[in-house]
Amino acid sequence: MGRFILIRFMYMVITLWVIATVTFFLMHHLPGSPLANEERIPPELKEQILAQYGLDKPLPVQYLDYLGKLVQGDLGTSFKYDGRSVTEMIQQGFPASAQIGLQAMVFGVLLGVILGCISALRRGTLVDNGATVLSVLGYAIPSFTLAALFSYYVGVVWRVLPAAGWGTFAHSVLPSLALSFLVIAQITRYVRTEMLEVLGQDYMKTARAKGLERRVIIIRHALRNALIPAITIIGPLTVALMTGSLVVEKIFNIPGMGWMFVDSIITNDYTMIMGVTMFYSFLLILSIFIVDILYGVVDPRIRLTGAKE
Amino acid sequence: MEKDKILEVNDLHVSFKTYNGEVQAVRSVSFDVKKGETVAIVGESGCGKSVTSQSIMRLIPEPPGWIKSGEVLFDGKDLTKVSEKEMEGIRGKDIAMIFQDPMTSLNPTMTVGKQIMEGLVKHQNMGKAQAKERALEMLRLVGIPSPERRINQYPHQFSGGMRQRAMIAIALACAPQLLIADEPTTALDVTIQAQILDLMNDLKERLGTSIILITHDLGVVADVADRVVVMYAGKVIESGTVEEIFHRPRHPYTWGLMGSMPRLDLTRDKELSPITGTPPDLLSPPKGCPFAARCKHAMKVCQREMPETTQVRGSGSHKVNCWLEHPMAPAVEPPAEVVGGGSK
Repeated sequence: MGRFILIRFMYMVITLWVIATVTFFLMHHLPGSPLANEERIPPELKEQILAQYGLDKPLPVQYLDYLGKLVQGDLGTSFKYDGRSVTEMIQQGFPASAQIGLQAMVFGVLLGVILGCISALRRGTLVDNGATVLSVLGYAIPSFTLAALFSYYVGVVWRVLPAAGWGTFAHSVLPSLALSFLVIAQITRYVRTEMLEVLGQDYMKTARAKGLERRVIIIRHALRNALIPAITIIGPLTVALMTGSLVVEKIFNIPGMGWMFVDSIITNDYTMIMGVTMFYSFLLILSIFIVDILYGVVDPRIRLTGAKE
Repeated sequence: MEKDKILEVNDLHVSFKTYNGEVQAVRSVSFDVKKGETVAIVGESGCGKSVTSQSIMRLIPEPPGWIKSGEVLFDGKDLTKVSEKEMEGIRGKDIAMIFQDPMTSLNPTMTVGKQIMEGLVKHQNMGKAQAKERALEMLRLVGIPSPERRINQYPHQFSGGMRQRAMIAIALACAPQLLIADEPTTALDVTIQAQILDLMNDLKERLGTSIILITHDLGVVADVADRVVVMYAGKVIESGTVEEIFHRPRHPYTWGLMGSMPRLDLTRDKELSPITGTPPDLLSPPKGCPFAARCKHAMKVCQREMPETTQVRGSGSHKVNCWLEHPMAPAVEPPAEVVGGGSK
């Protein structure tokens, strides 16, 4: 297990390096620069500013400079917000994004598992069909459409929850809800399919032949086996939540990271783009890593083959 | 119900609803099992032997299946009438079952020990420690080496034969009165088959458990059974002791089964004689004898009417459903390779 984690950690470092390199050169390849829009600045001052940020050096040198700092955990200073470090800005924006994403994830997974189970157990009934309709809608409707609808009806027309803004838990409910629909949809489909598969397995008959109650059979024998594939899609789902949150944060006017990212691209804030990209990538890789470990916890077959190698 | 009978199945009918209509999988099956006895139910695929055994434990999927009529008397109770709750108390405790494929019959994400302990905790109100003790004892009993290590392992760490032993340990943990074994050796290697059969025989002697053995393998039957029930197209067509069925079979279908079994005492140029044709469609079963269409000795009456169950003259329990038993029927003798050489 220790070796497994070590190898995975090395892969993570290599992946991050590749992402950093590709993003760095792509970004500099784009037309414009952080000062492109500032036409009123005199040329001498412009040169001075570029020198201050090291932008006058040749690109490979800039790249090596950046990597050197990155290794030390220094993401640099923002070009746009003078004197504020990227790390500091991420620290400021991440909690809001993380809270919304996490709430959406927890709510979505819980509801998805419950709905998936119920529709598998009540296959072909009204409940099952209802869950199917719900999950098709969840797939089909983009989260920003839901965000706008929720904000307008719940926030403006009915005035139940704040339509936008940030501060209390109440503010986080609607954005989380908007994001959770995709999670509900995907988890419901997965769990339903897997549950039906598991219910047809021979070991379910063995469990019944032991005289166990239906409830015990479902929870102890069926659920765990049905959840294994659902765990696999949590990684990609986390990605979906993060990218989805860019627009949702904009709609609800939440000072999260999504907003920060979009803003930094528009203003060519090089260090900010790099910083946020690296941070997102790190989170994504970490989440996939955690999912892999979780997989081993739930499925003994995977755990043990991993240990033997 | 006689005193030494522990199970009596009377006129059992089981059907399944399908898109094409009602499949009458079991049509009037009656037999009984005495204390400490092994009864084999024999027949080809789809003859209703598994459905019969699963109906006894009420394990057929409902819907689409349902027990139409008949009774299953166990311990003075009609199991077709008791509540599901009561049935849960009987399953695993009084009647246990082992299945055909040990590779898929164990939960892959639960340790073998836990799977044995489950029934003990439920039926015998044992605590965890006590149940674990008993589970170790069961693993030892079914011949699994180093049970202290094995008890914490998962099914995928067991071989096929070991898994079937574990299944037997699960089934016998609560010392049931009746064990239903649904083709317990079909999915195993021949060498392992013999081991498992020996184990079942040995445990039957030691624990006094009665066994219903479902199989299509007549070799297995000769090894372990006391009595044999031959099923065809959802009906019992012949039943009797092993000696009666193997030495003096009366039904042409039983002759066919015997003739299609490889034997050591026959010369090499003698070919196996399979039964030609296929069993009838149980969506619309024939009115007369279901075997008539494949029977070499079929008469007009066979097509028209199902023969009654008749006791074979001069026997204790040998019963057969065949028009050839009728006093007016022509005397037909079984083929030479069947008579005389019944035993292996």
